Amino acid sequence: MARAVSNSVKARNTAIAWIIAILIFFPILWTILTSFKTEGTAIADPPVFLFFDWTLENYATVQDRSDYFGHFMNSVIISVGSTVIGLAIAIPAAWAMAFVPGRQTKNVLMWMLSTKMLPPVGVLVPIYLIFRDWGLLDTRIGLVIVLTLINLPIIVWMLYTYFREIPTDILEAARMDGATLRSEVVHVLLPMAVPGIASTLLLNIILAWNEAFWTLNLVAANAAPLTAFIASYSSPEGLFYAKLSAASTMAIAPILIMGWFSQKQLVRGLTFGAVK
Amino acid sequence: MGRITLEKVQKKFGETEVIPPLDLTIEDGEFVVFVGPSGCGKSTLLRLIAGLEDVSGGDIKIDGTPATDLPPAKRRLAMVFQSYALYPHMTVRKNIAFPLKMAGMDEAEKTRRVERAAEVLNLTNFLDRRPGQLSGGQRQRVAIGRAIVREPAAFLFDEPLSNLDAALRVGMRLEISELHERLKTTMIYVTHDQVEAMTMADKIVVLRAGHIEQVGSPLDLYRTPRNRFVAEFIGSPKMNVIDGEEAAHRDAHAIGIRPEHIDVGEGQWEGRVGVSEHLGSDTLFHVHDTGLADVITVRAPGEVNYKSGDAIRLSPQTDKIHRFDDKGLRIA
Amino acid sequence: MATQHSRAAARFMIAPSVVLLLAWMLIPLGMTIWFSLLRYNLLMPGENPFVGFENYSYFLSDPAFQTAVINTLLLVGGVLLITVCGGIGLAVLLDQPMWGTGIVRIMVISPFFVMPTVSALVWKNMFMNPVNGLFAYVADVLGLPAYDFLTAAPLASIIGIVSWQWLPFATLILLTAMQSLDSEQLEAAEMDGASSWSRFYYIKLPHLARAITVVILIQTIFLLSIFAEIYVTTAGGPGNASINLTYLVFQESLQRYDVGTASAGGVVAIILANIVAIFLMRMIGKNLDA
Ligand SMILES: Nc1ncnc2c1ncn2[C@@H]1O[C@H](COP(=O)(O)OP(=O)(O)OP(=O)(O)O)[C@@H](O)[C@H]1O
Ligand SMILES: [Mg+2]
Repeated sequence: MARAVSNSVKARNTAIAWIIAILIFFPILWTILTSFKTEGTAIADPPVFLFFDWTLENYATVQDRSDYFGHFMNSVIISVGSTVIGLAIAIPAAWAMAFVPGRQTKNVLMWMLSTKMLPPVGVLVPIYLIFRDWGLLDTRIGLVIVLTLINLPIIVWMLYTYFREIPTDILEAARMDGATLRSEVVHVLLPMAVPGIASTLLLNIILAWNEAFWTLNLVAANAAPLTAFIASYSSPEGLFYAKLSAASTMAIAPILIMGWFSQKQLVRGLTFGAVK
Repeated sequence: MGRITLEKVQKKFGETEVIPPLDLTIEDGEFVVFVGPSGCGKSTLLRLIAGLEDVSGGDIKIDGTPATDLPPAKRRLAMVFQSYALYPHMTVRKNIAFPLKMAGMDEAEKTRRVERAAEVLNLTNFLDRRPGQLSGGQRQRVAIGRAIVREPAAFLFDEPLSNLDAALRVGMRLEISELHERLKTTMIYVTHDQVEAMTMADKIVVLRAGHIEQVGSPLDLYRTPRNRFVAEFIGSPKMNVIDGEEAAHRDAHAIGIRPEHIDVGEGQWEGRVGVSEHLGSDTLFHVHDTGLADVITVRAPGEVNYKSGDAIRLSPQTDKIHRFDDKGLRIA
Repeated sequence: MATQHSRAAARFMIAPSVVLLLAWMLIPLGMTIWFSLLRYNLLMPGENPFVGFENYSYFLSDPAFQTAVINTLLLVGGVLLITVCGGIGLAVLLDQPMWGTGIVRIMVISPFFVMPTVSALVWKNMFMNPVNGLFAYVADVLGLPAYDFLTAAPLASIIGIVSWQWLPFATLILLTAMQSLDSEQLEAAEMDGASSWSRFYYIKLPHLARAITVVILIQTIFLLSIFAEIYVTTAGGPGNASINLTYLVFQESLQRYDVGTASAGGVVAIILANIVAIFLMRMIGKNLDA
């Protein structure tokens, strides 16, 4: 509705929305600010907001004391690895279901979705035992396997909803134009599907990065990604707010930025296409 | 060359038979139009020829060689889709060149052909645009360009004009006809618009529920429709069909008379004018209360003035009356 | 499109996903059910005799189980109530014309991207801590006594933390749904003389109904399995005050190493989740046909 709204109404909306938004965002903002304080300032009474001596010392300490970078890399390897493997398995499946739908396609899709409904505790014990027996506990490869499998249905679904929007006509036109299956995929399907594949990639990295049930239960020191590493701060050891904040800021910053770019896809991915 | 023969070609989707076994020959260089009401299987038949669907039975031959099991890419046919099906991520130039690229043609020849096609279709100024930046008519031309560069054995069109507005439709219709004049390549054209069929075709194939009702030149179908279905389908406005006493009178189960074959003014039929449509060149009257049929449509040349409610007398041109038997077949 | 050739290729391409998911689902599931019928404790090596439903009766009669079920329901219900109501309000607000919509949106959705362990720790220490937390400071300023949130009201505090994480999700989905409403419909209603409240009530809300259902169902799936927030903040305590079903099963398995009882608990959790899942799948399935 392109309609002029009086500036006073707009100003009122703006004021209310900004106040609420800042309140909601405040814990994140506060964490980021605290990460630049000394431990003393972090718990100062009254709290200091902006006017303190900004320091990067906490970031250095976190890295020195606990090999932050190692955990960060674990997170990267696990989330990117599981997403890429997931995509490699899911792209052909989504392609087939979107463009060669059969009588069973819908059932297969719904069944895939149903695996996502399985509560993780339902299979915690056997997975733990299998991992123990196969030496997968506390390994990155083990987590990659689990995260690939738990996110596979979402990947297939997201790709499927994107592929389904590519008109079949265009693929048929390519076939009439003499394209082989390979060139049909390479020259026509993939270029058209790139935005969809990219969003799927992004959303799944976010989900895998933040996954906390399996990471807390299946890894200890070695393969711990940031979710598990941060949890180790839950046992208090004196004054540590600033360091906790520094570690937290580093852990959430990359994903926060990715998240901002994938708002739309998030809706679609997490609702399995039910809301677009 | 592009002679296409269908022998006992049949198509089932699961249990439903959409096309019962059907024979058809399309001669080289012919412009053949498939017409029929929505859902009668026109697109399906075209897609069978294209190879986009498997036949459930029968054989397709292209220039005498069996093509039934060839993939679409190997059939040397080009297709223009109703939605145009242009590649949105490629420029017009790349779109048109795509089939040539797939055929592995060298750059120089590719450029030469693309530019020639662009010239023929008035697309030279748009070669570096994306399909999204073109009008409907221009997109249509790109789709045609993509089809002609390959110099295929035959062109397949599936309702290519139905997304265009009326004026553009008439223009493109002419362009396609001219293209056929120039290329003399076999064209198979699907439409449910009988005006398109009449104006473009060398040969019309009328389909109903997957059956071929009649095959013939436009005027053949107009003059001697084989049955009531064809008689009513071909010609605009629709033929008037009258049964009962008037038909029995002429030894028929039903008789048909086209609106343009009824004279206004004198005559044994009498009725009341309902709606009249003034086209300028002609005037159409919808005449009620004739006792023959609910409404009789009449086309009078030029401007004729009757107001709604006026009494009107009509006389059919007796030599233009079609007679049908109880099975709807035309009585010679 | 549907030619023999492409069908064969299609089957071949779907196979890996199906086989993997089938293995992922059936093997552990089968093992869970089997273990739930055994007396099996990792701390007591030796025979694992078949005991039928003993584990179930043990698990179901454990007072912690009742607490866990009630807490699970309170957690799910509380978070749903807060996020859905808050989400509708925020969606309506963000749909209004204003300056800086983009930034407001970004701020509002951000909590969703914060990993559960971080948000739990930040809330626990920097806000809810009775000595150094910001809330304690605010209480002090207002002249109120400091409140130890996680000890005095552990479940409510966790509900608060989880709601903060999921409010953006509800808002984002409801806002998307709201913006997909055809503006001509609203204009037509306005022409018909509908006030802005009746436009909201009679047009926007029914349009949102579907999205609200989706939000409820999807959040329920995730909320039934809340784990990290409890693990980091209260570890289920004090006592069992903030334990949920997921956490109880975790305690049985990885803390008490009682595989049999934990498996029985797992099966119970699966059954609960399935009841929700059936509704959700219906919704999404309907959408597939559309
Ligand atoms: N993939 C399919 N599966 C099942 N039935 C189909 C399929 N494709 C077409 N049909 C059915 O086959 C019949 C013929 O369809 P077709 O598309 O060929 O009709 P058409 O003559 O082109 O109609 P229109 O003028 O509306 O385009 C229809 O009844 C249609 O429902
Ligand atoms: Mg059709």
